Amino acid sequence: MTESSWQPGCPVPIDGVEPRITLAHGEGARLTRQLIDTEIRSRFRSAPLATLPDAAHVEGTGGRIAVTSDSYVVSPLFFPGGDIGSLAVHGTVNDLAVSGAVPRWITLSLILEEGLPLPVLQRVLDSVARAATECAVDVIAGDTKVVPRGAADGMYLNTTGIGTVIGSPPPGPQAIQPGDVIVVSGPIGRHGMAVLCAREELAFDPAPRSDSAPLTDVVKTLLRVADGNVRTIRDATRGGVSAVLHEWADASELSFRLDEARLPVSPDVRGASELLGIDPLYVACEGTLVAAVAPDVAEQAVEALRRHPQSAGAAVIGSAVERTICPVTIRRTLGREQPVDEPTGAMLPRIC
Amino acid sequence: MKYVDEFRDTRAARRLVDDIRRTATRRWVLMEVCGGQTHSLLRHGIEEELRETVELIHGPGCPVCVTPAEDIDLAQQFALREDVLLTSFGDMLRVPGTRKSLLDVRAAGGQVRIVYSPLDAVALAQKHPDRQVVFFAVGFETTAPATALAVRQAEQLGLENFALLVSHVRVQPAMESILRTPGNRVEGFLAAGHVCTITGFDSYVDFVREFRVPVVVTGFEPVDLLQGIRECVRQLESGRAEVTNCYARSVRREGNRHALVAVEQVYRIADVPWRGLGVIPSGGLRLRPEYARFDARRRFEDTGCEEELPVITTPDCPAAEVLAGRMRPSDCPQFGSRCTPDSPLGAPMVSSEGACAAYFRYRTPAVDASQPAGASQQEATR
Repeated sequence: MTESSWQPGCPVPIDGVEPRITLAHGEGARLTRQLIDTEIRSRFRSAPLATLPDAAHVEGTGGRIAVTSDSYVVSPLFFPGGDIGSLAVHGTVNDLAVSGAVPRWITLSLILEEGLPLPVLQRVLDSVARAATECAVDVIAGDTKVVPRGAADGMYLNTTGIGTVIGSPPPGPQAIQPGDVIVVSGPIGRHGMAVLCAREELAFDPAPRSDSAPLTDVVKTLLRVADGNVRTIRDATRGGVSAVLHEWADASELSFRLDEARLPVSPDVRGASELLGIDPLYVACEGTLVAAVAPDVAEQAVEALRRHPQSAGAAVIGSAVERTICPVTIRRTLGREQPVDEPTGAMLPRIC
Repeated sequence: MKYVDEFRDTRAARRLVDDIRRTATRRWVLMEVCGGQTHSLLRHGIEEELRETVELIHGPGCPVCVTPAEDIDLAQQFALREDVLLTSFGDMLRVPGTRKSLLDVRAAGGQVRIVYSPLDAVALAQKHPDRQVVFFAVGFETTAPATALAVRQAEQLGLENFALLVSHVRVQPAMESILRTPGNRVEGFLAAGHVCTITGFDSYVDFVREFRVPVVVTGFEPVDLLQGIRECVRQLESGRAEVTNCYARSVRREGNRHALVAVEQVYRIADVPWRGLGVIPSGGLRLRPEYARFDARRRFEDTGCEEELPVITTPDCPAAEVLAGRMRPSDCPQFGSRCTPDSPLGAPMVSSEGACAAYFRYRTPAVDASQPAGASQQEATR
């Protein structure tokens, strides 16, 4: 180790190249405290984090609160359009938003793999901080653990989100009626395709870009225009739009009919999905919602969504019908109906 | 999207359907060779739309389906060796060998990595000099040039830790084998457009002369497929049997010379077993003696000679009948009940190019209800 590379007061052992996370950072002693001080508390300045109590106390609102929790294990940690940090905030905030709550607070738990370069952690934490600011949520509690090399893939995050419920949220999928219209807020399948292409290092040009973004304003727009006529909203994450509609079909005992020609798919996702043989209907979104709305407000709702930059690609993609043998069907080129099956297993690119 | 949207145009497709219906005076039996075409025919509803006019028999052109179970077993054995990193196209991972799939082996600790191109496997070999990187070289003439280039690149780089498990197959010998099978009903072929992009279509001239069946080089979008079918029907109606190229935006008569030279340099033509179909004379490719040092079978001196191995099919799965076009997937007693993409009995239900998977994925909701042993049971129990 040269003298110039050694800096007094540096909380992290240096292995000669770049500082890395060690098991000692997770053992609760001095190194843990230093890591939390220099990397966590410096970035997240909410009142509870200032004193590090065992549990954060926050001012309540007297009304109902919404709670959601999610873990993030995405690989690679960084992908076009986002990273594990921004994703952990957007994913949790969106679960609150689509349930009709206003996101207020989140917790942040880190599971770090021994040997993780400190700059990687710093980059992710910066991203969490930026996303939290953008979503107007405070990070109020957290935890850090380090596991031996090989026991995790770089880092995992867990976030729990708390929001306040204002007004009356959409009643839920059981309220969907035959004739109701299915709306998406933008092109589908962008996040899953971006991560797949980044993970497999598929050099598409343009590379698919994740849609990871907060849906808070999109939900607000929708509820404002179609107040009382929105049956339910979901963010179409794992399993994509198809998984959401299958869940709704179960809950509502109805079927859903889609029109392939109306599905918004961005050119980058379209190109990758044609080449890989993966249907965007099954691919995850992280900043795109699906909503079931009453038919008489559908047009208005889509117009309002299209005026909002984040949902400029909103479209009607189908409708609810009385239950048939297939929960979800799609109309394709020659006008023929075909079943859309529930997504199964991993997406495996085809050979030729 | 250019080169896609205009070939999915509903009105153009509709006009072609009407034209084919007007042209045909009887119901002709055509075989589309490639699994990609099977999927497209079903996905876009062409098979059903033309059901009264042409019978489409689905050919053995699914690389995943025809790769012998023994080769998949061998790949699994390699993956379980501590010194080996097995690399493969993603599609091969779910297909069962005699007992389990590469996904199962990966879950049990085997080293299996999906790559998009064989050249990525060469890059992995460079990156991991302490590991033997084996690429599972499956597929038709479409994938063989890339694996040939991978071997040549490994040779140029002097890599001692890169090898191929070669399981390449050739389309035309399989078509011949189908026509020679007693009871064959195929009257015309839609030849696989992607394969012909590499091989050209000169080799079909003698084939057509010998067997007197039209061979129409056909693409994959609805309008491509309908143009191919119309040409085939026109020839049959006028008693002609010719080679015609209906996929001119991709295929040239002489094919891709560079690709063919690469394949020729690295591989020799061999009699190889096809899953479900048995040994097909000249039906596959193996490494030439001068590239034998890249042969994973040799390097790891694994079990016996492939030609002597029996053709294994799952007891309840008539995959051989489906692959040879003698059974329609939906006529299989297991279809949609005991055999679904979630729990497949055979390779054609697994692969994204398999005929059974295509039938399941694009089945008609109305047909389901009338099939007591079919998908309807599966739906009702959900």
